Amino acid sequence: MNNQLLRFTTAGSVDDGKSTLIGRLLYDSKSIFEDQLLAVENTSKKKGHEQVDLALFTDGLKDEREQGITIDVAYRYFTTPKRKFIIADTPGHIQYTRNMVTGASTANVALILIDARHGVIEQTKRHAFIASLLQIPHLIVCINKMDLVDFKEDAYDAIIKEFEEFSSKLFVKDIRFVPISALLGDNVVARSENMKWYNGSPLLHTLETMHISSDHNMVDVRFPVQTVLRPQRDGFIDYRGYAGRLASGIIRVGDAVTAMPSGFSSVVKSINGPSGELKEAHAPMSIALTLEDDIDVGRGDMIVRTNNKPEAAQDLEVLICWLNEDGIRPRTKYLIRHTTNDQTAMIKEVIYKIDINTLSRNFEDKSLTMNEIGKVRIRTTKPLMVDSYRENRSTGSIILVDESTNETVAAGMIV
Amino acid sequence: MAKYYLDYLDELESEAIYILREVWAQFQNPVILFSGGKDSILVAHLAKKAFYPSKIPFALMHVDTGHNFPETIQFRDDLIEEFGVRLIVGSVQESIDEGRVKEEKGKNATRNALQITTLLDAIETNKIDCAIGGGRRDEEKARAKERFFSHRDEFGQWNPKNQRPELWNLFNGKHFEGEHFRAFPISNWTEMDVWNYIKREKIAIPSLYIAHEREVVWRSNSWIPNSEFLKLEENEVVETKKIRFRTLGDITITGGIESDADTLEKIVEEVSAMRQTERGNRSDDKRSETAMEDRKKQGYF
Repeated sequence: MNNQLLRFTTAGSVDDGKSTLIGRLLYDSKSIFEDQLLAVENTSKKKGHEQVDLALFTDGLKDEREQGITIDVAYRYFTTPKRKFIIADTPGHIQYTRNMVTGASTANVALILIDARHGVIEQTKRHAFIASLLQIPHLIVCINKMDLVDFKEDAYDAIIKEFEEFSSKLFVKDIRFVPISALLGDNVVARSENMKWYNGSPLLHTLETMHISSDHNMVDVRFPVQTVLRPQRDGFIDYRGYAGRLASGIIRVGDAVTAMPSGFSSVVKSINGPSGELKEAHAPMSIALTLEDDIDVGRGDMIVRTNNKPEAAQDLEVLICWLNEDGIRPRTKYLIRHTTNDQTAMIKEVIYKIDINTLSRNFEDKSLTMNEIGKVRIRTTKPLMVDSYRENRSTGSIILVDESTNETVAAGMIV
Repeated sequence: MAKYYLDYLDELESEAIYILREVWAQFQNPVILFSGGKDSILVAHLAKKAFYPSKIPFALMHVDTGHNFPETIQFRDDLIEEFGVRLIVGSVQESIDEGRVKEEKGKNATRNALQITTLLDAIETNKIDCAIGGGRRDEEKARAKERFFSHRDEFGQWNPKNQRPELWNLFNGKHFEGEHFRAFPISNWTEMDVWNYIKREKIAIPSLYIAHEREVVWRSNSWIPNSEFLKLEENEVVETKKIRFRTLGDITITGGIESDADTLEKIVEEVSAMRQTERGNRSDDKRSETAMEDRKKQGYF
C-alpha cells in the first residue's frame, strides 16, 4: 500500500491547536525548509515566544496574518516514505462553513481537534457533522493539549464518551481517537512517553497505514465524457476517442457499455491511459475510450456498463450548502453542473434547513443564506444521470451557478 | 490480484490531465503560459498526454523580458517545433518602447514586475480567456490559497478574499467578456513530485538545471550568473563555478547553487536532501514578506 496519496482536512482555529498540529506534522516529517524555519524563528522572537511557534508555518495571506485567523482554504503538502499527504487547512468558524465543505469534498480523512480542557464544543460538532454530510470515509478525533490535563487517561475517556454521544447521530464508517500534544509532539509522530496507558498508534502512523483503497467506488462504472478527441491525422483518420476521468468503477476492453442519456449501446474497443494502451482502467484515472460502433457521444454524456445504469432523474432531492452572499431564491433559474453536464435548474422548494450546531431540522424557516445547509427539491430541464451521494461522491454531487454573476452559489449532495 | 489504486504520481498525473481537458472544454481560446522552466515544460508534456493522439490544442505563450538565458530560448523553440504548436510572444521590451511600463532603476532593478503589464496586454490582444500556468501551491504562501480555476476580473486582478469555492471535481469557468481565468493543473504537485515525474517520464529539460561551469557573482546569498545585463558592484568578483539552477526566471534575478548533480538521478537525490526552498534563490520573492501576494493580486503569474 505504499506511495498512495492521502488527502485530509483539518478545521478549527488557532485556539484548539490546529495550526500547531499542522506545523508539527510538517516539522517532524522534515517538510520545513531552513529558510522557512529561519523566518518563523525570527517572527517567534519578535512576538516574544521562547520556543519556535509552530503555528506560524501555516501563516497565510496578509489579512489572515493581521487578524490571526484563517479565511480561506490553504493547501499544504508533506511526504513520508510511506505516503504523500495533502492537507486542506480550513477555518472552523461558522462563518466559514463553505470553506469547510470545500476542503471536505475531496478528503479521505477528516481530523477533528478537541482541546482536552474544553471537551466537545459547538465547533467540534459542526466539523464532525460536515465530515459526515460530505461522506468523508474516515474521521480521526485528536484530543489535543493533553499536557494541560496532566496526560490523564480519564480526561481522554470522558471526551470520547461525550463525542460518541452525539456522533451516533452521524453517518461515518470509521472513527478513531488519539490523545496528543501538538505543542510537545506527544503521539503526533512519535509515541508519547507521557501517556503509556494509550495502546493505539501515533497520529502519523495511522495516517500512513490506514486503508484508503476502498474509498473510491470500484463497482459502478461511470465515465462522464469531458471532450471528444478527433485527431484526423495520418494513422488516426477514423479515431474517435472519448476523453474523461473515470468517476467510479473498473472498465475493461470488451465491456458492453451504454451511452446515457441516448441509450445507444456498444462495446469498449480500446482504452488509452496516460502512458499508452491499457486492457483495463479504474477510478480515478484519466483515459480516452474508443467504442466498436460509431454512436453519438459528446461532452455531458455518460458512458456506463449496460447492466448497471445510474438513474435518469429530473426531480432531485438535494442537501445543499449555500455558498454565496445572495441567499437562495426559489423559483429562480440556476445553472446546475453535474459531472461534465450543464443544465438549467429551478429550486422548487426548500424542504428544511439544518441547524448545524444542534443537527435539528427546521421545517418553518425556508430561507438559506451563506454558510447554511438545507434540503431542497430541484427540477432540471433535462434528466441528469445520477447516483445518490452516499453511493457515489462523483455522480452524486452538483454545484449551482448564478448566471447573472457567474458565481458558484451552492454545492449539493443528491439524496 | 490487480491493484486498484494509483501511485501518487499517477494520481497527480490523472488530476492534471482532467484539468487540462476541462480547460479545453470550457474555454474558447486558452493558452499555456510557457517560461521555459521545468513547471511549464511539465504542463506542456501533460497536455500532450491529455489530448493524444490529437495534437496539443493550445498555443504556448511566452512573456519575454528580453533578459533571458540563451539556453531557455533555444529550448523553447525546439519544443515548439517538436510539439507542433503555435507560439505567442509578449515582449516586455515592446511594452517599454511603447511607454506602457518604465524600467526599474537601482542596483537590483529587474523586469520581473514589468511582465504583469505585458502579460495582461498579450491576454487582451490575443483574446485569451484562459491562461494555463505551472504554478504550484507548495511554492509560496499566497499560492497555497490558489484555485485550480482562478478568476481574474477585467483588470486582470486576483481577489484572494472572494474566490469561487471549488468542490469535488466541479470547476466553474464561467466568465463575462473581458475577464479571464488562470488554470493551474499542477497545483497539487511539490517540487519533489515534479522532479520525480520528470525522471520517471524522461522529460527533456534545459541544461541550466543540470550542473555546469558558469561565470557567476556572489550576491544576496546565491550565485548570480554573469551576463550583459549584470552591473558589478564594488568588491564583487566574477568567478567560475560548477553550478545549477533550481528555478529559472530572468537571468538577472535567478541565483544558482553550487552542485555536482549532472544527471536527473543526482538532481532528484540533491533536491530530496535540500534544506532551502527553491524560491529562496529568487530575488523577486525576497523583496518583502508579501511580494508574491502583492504581485499576484495585480495579475502576475
